[in-house]
Parts: sequence; C-alpha cells; structure tokens
Amino acid sequence: MAFSLTPWRRGARDAELLPEGRLSGPMPWVIAIMVALTVIAAAAGLAFSNTARNASDDLAGGVTVQIVDANPAQRDAQAQAVVQALRATPGVIEATLVPQDQVDKLIEPWLGASAGGDTGIPVPALVDARLRDSVTGETLGGLRRALHGVAPAARVDAQSSWLGPVFGAIDTLRWLSLALVGLLGFALAAAVLLAVRNALGSNRDTIEIVHLLGGTDAQIARIFQRAIGYDAGVGGIVGLALGLVVVLLLGQQFAALGAGLVSSGALDWSDWLLLALIPVIGVVLAMFTARQTVVRALRKML
Amino acid sequence: MTSTATREIVQFDNVGLRYGTDREVLSDVSFTLFPGSFYFLTGASGAGKTSLLKLLYLAQRPSRGMIRMFGTDAITLPRERLPGFRRRFGVVFQDFRLVAHLSAFDNVALPLRVAGVAERDLAKPVADMLEWVGLTERMHAQPAQLSGGEQQRVAIARAVIHRPEMLIADEPTGNVDPDMAIKLLRLFEALNRLGTTVVVATHDVHLLKKVPESLIMRLDKGRLSDPTGALRYPPRLRPRASSAELED
Repeated sequence: MAFSLTPWRRGARDAELLPEGRLSGPMPWVIAIMVALTVIAAAAGLAFSNTARNASDDLAGGVTVQIVDANPAQRDAQAQAVVQALRATPGVIEATLVPQDQVDKLIEPWLGASAGGDTGIPVPALVDARLRDSVTGETLGGLRRALHGVAPAARVDAQSSWLGPVFGAIDTLRWLSLALVGLLGFALAAAVLLAVRNALGSNRDTIEIVHLLGGTDAQIARIFQRAIGYDAGVGGIVGLALGLVVVLLLGQQFAALGAGLVSSGALDWSDWLLLALIPVIGVVLAMFTARQTVVRALRKML
Repeated sequence: MTSTATREIVQFDNVGLRYGTDREVLSDVSFTLFPGSFYFLTGASGAGKTSLLKLLYLAQRPSRGMIRMFGTDAITLPRERLPGFRRRFGVVFQDFRLVAHLSAFDNVALPLRVAGVAERDLAKPVADMLEWVGLTERMHAQPAQLSGGEQQRVAIARAVIHRPEMLIADEPTGNVDPDMAIKLLRLFEALNRLGTTVVVATHDVHLLKKVPESLIMRLDKGRLSDPTGALRYPPRLRPRASSAELED
C-alpha cells in the first residue's frame, strides 16, 4: 500500500463517500513536487527581479570616465582635470578618481598581479561619477563635449550600458521563471483534472446512487473539492518546505560568492511572504479545477 | 384543473421509452398513481418493469409522452430541481446498489446525510431501522461481507429511512426468505398506511395475495394492462396509520 500523506482523512464524513486512496494516492506527492518547483522558480524570478532593480538603481546615474593614455603623467593629469571638471558640472553630485590599487585589483584576474602600476601594462585611469538623474544619451553627449577640452583621451560611458547585456539576460531569466511558474500552475491544474476524472470514473456507481438519493451536483462536487483540498494542502505544505530548503541552500551558495550583483538579489520579507502564499494559491487552484471538472461531468448525467 | 388532477402523485400519458435506436421497451404507457395507494407492478422478465421504475424515480427521461409528478411536468423539470424531487422517493433497486465501501449503517444513513440531517440526529433512526430489519449486529459490516438477503434488507432500510412520499421497490423480496419477505411487506404496508404511495415491482404472484388491498399493474412486452381497474378508477384510500404503528 502506498504511503499516504493524508492519514487523517478518514474522519471527514463527506470524504468517506470516496473510498480512501481513490483520489488521494500519489496526488499529494505530485502536488508537493509541483509546489516545490514553483517555489524555486518563483524565488529565482524574485531574486532576478531584485538583482535587476537594485543594480539598475545603483547604475542609473553612474558614469565612468576612462582616460586612455600610455603616458602615466599625462594620464594622471587628465584624470585630475576630469574630476575637477565633473565636480563643476551641473547635475553631477559626485566625481571620484578610482584609486590605482583598486584598478590593479580589478584587472588582476585577467592580467596578473604585475600588470598594473607604473612598470606594467598601461591601464586607463578611471573616474567614477554619479549624476542626479538617470544618464541619457543627451547628458552623455554633453559630458563628452565638456570633458573633451580638458582631457582629449577621455572616454565617457554610462555604467548601465556596461551591464546592458547582463540586464538583458537577467530580464530573460526573470520572464523564464515567470513562465515556469505559469506552466507549473497549468501542470498542477492538469494533474488535478486527470485525478478527478479518474476518481469520477471509478466512483461513478457511488455518484449515481447519491444522485438518485437526491444528492445535488454541488454536494458531490464538494466531496471531490474537499478531498483534493486536503491533498493539495498537505502536498502544498510539504512542497513549500522542500522548496524553501532548496532556496535557502542556493541562497547560501550564492552568498558565498560575495559578488555584488549576486548579493543584490537577496529576497526581502515580502518575497518570502509571496513564496509562502504559493501553496495557498495551489490549494485554491486545485479546488477550483476539481469543482469545475466535477460539475461539468455531472451535468452530462441526469 | 380537476380535483382528481390535484390528488395525483404520478401521471403517465402515452409514455414510450427506447434505448438508442432499439425498439421501444415501453409503449403507450398511461396510468395514474394516487397518494396513499399500494401498487404491484407485475410482468414477465423483460416486460419493462425496471424501465418503468427508472422513469418513476427519474433516472431516465422518456422518449415520448408526458409524465407529471407531484403536479409538475417531470419531463421539462430543470436538472437543478431533480434532487428535490428524488428526495421525495425511496428506491429499492433490484441489484441493491449499496455503496461498496460504506458500512450497512452508513449506507442506510446516506439519504439522511444527503438531505443534510446532522450526525447527532441520524444515529438513532438509522440504528432503529437496522434493528427493524434485523441487522443491528451487522451494522458495521460492508456490503461485500453481507449475504444477498442482508444486502437487500440494507437497501430497503435505506429506501424508507427518510419516510418517502413514494416508495419504489424493484423485486424487493427476491433474495430474502419467506418470513423476511412477509416482514418487509408489512413494513411497506405500514409505510403505506402512513400515507406513502408504494409501488412494488415483482414477478412473485404469491406476494400479490399478501396485500389484498393492493392494485395491480401488469406489463406485457412494454405495454400496460389494467387487471384491477386501478389505472382507470381512483383507488380507495386506505386509513392512515400512526408513526407508533410503524415502529411496532
């Protein structure tokens, strides 16, 4: 006999009209797996959303100025001039020269520890500026023209444009997660529909008798609705627990990476609340599907 | 509307029934059932008794003709109103149709539960009814654990537990011993004296003699004959019995 997730169902009088196990069977486990996958997909989608939003907020007003000059003295002079010019420019709220040791650290993974400094490969000086408003093509053009006079070797870029492809990928993943949540919801409804149809078929005699004794469609639908509600409730709780364990483990793994972009995708309390609502939505969806399936099938009977 | 029409509990007028494209199993069936009467429906095997009963307990719509029940056109009756009508009947099916996974107690309690009777209010009547049909010791047994006669008694108890306005029984004594058959007939008679219209389909001619005041409808190859004139003339209503008499 298969292990049942719903051992206490015997107490329900209405549910007793359906033999134990006819509707239940593997259904709570199927629902648990669906809910677990939905929780993971939804958590991923929320994390991607948070990543995109936080990174976008951070980078919206960010501008990076590179001074690409092989001569270190000229490069430093132009960098200082750029900082001064930017600080004097209306709309710029902050402009700082990125220290050389930080630049060296940034390029170290690709060019090695000895790449930076005066004796290594010439690397651009970087100026990090923050504007009051989001960077547009117009403001970027204005800055380029303003800086051209003081630093001919300056290249001005919006920080958001650097990560444009990354944002595009994150957005795609976010939509993919949403699509997965939708597909899993559809699959849950389909699984419930098949289980209820199967139960309707195997309990046809009982249903006919209840009908002939004066049972209404609503009464019979309620029996199936409750049975599937129990299954979905139990499956939902187990699925939520499984899903949350996976999400927490994945969160720890990503947190260990320590990368700013990844850590910006951390879930906040409203996200956790939304994840906790998934089994509730699953129960409602399963019960609604069961009711519609039963009522439609019963309408074909006299 | 005539005064007779208001007293009719069931009226069939030129009713025909065919399954699919087969020939009619019932043809031109016309009769009237009056409240508080006791009818036997007889006929050879295959004469159409069960089909006629199916029309009576609204499990089947006729292919043609008119059926009125409790003053309402039963053919155009909206589906939502069928349960309310069906609760006014008690039906003993030929094959019992007990719910296989429910105990005898739960099978008998089913019509009360369907009607929304609270659990605390149904335990005693169900136990009393099971005692009456001699199944107190077997109330927790499932149908598969019961003999044919015991199943039949459960089916009868289920049909009468809610004191229906009309009791329809298809060969209700077919699987019980003669003593129990008499006892069950006495129960039907007692219900009848309380005002329940009783229709019993049987091919047991001995049974007909046990209820002398009964009216006989005979089916022959799907057509109804009227040996006692019951279908043409309103029957003499029987004196009503008290509830205590039934319980005795």
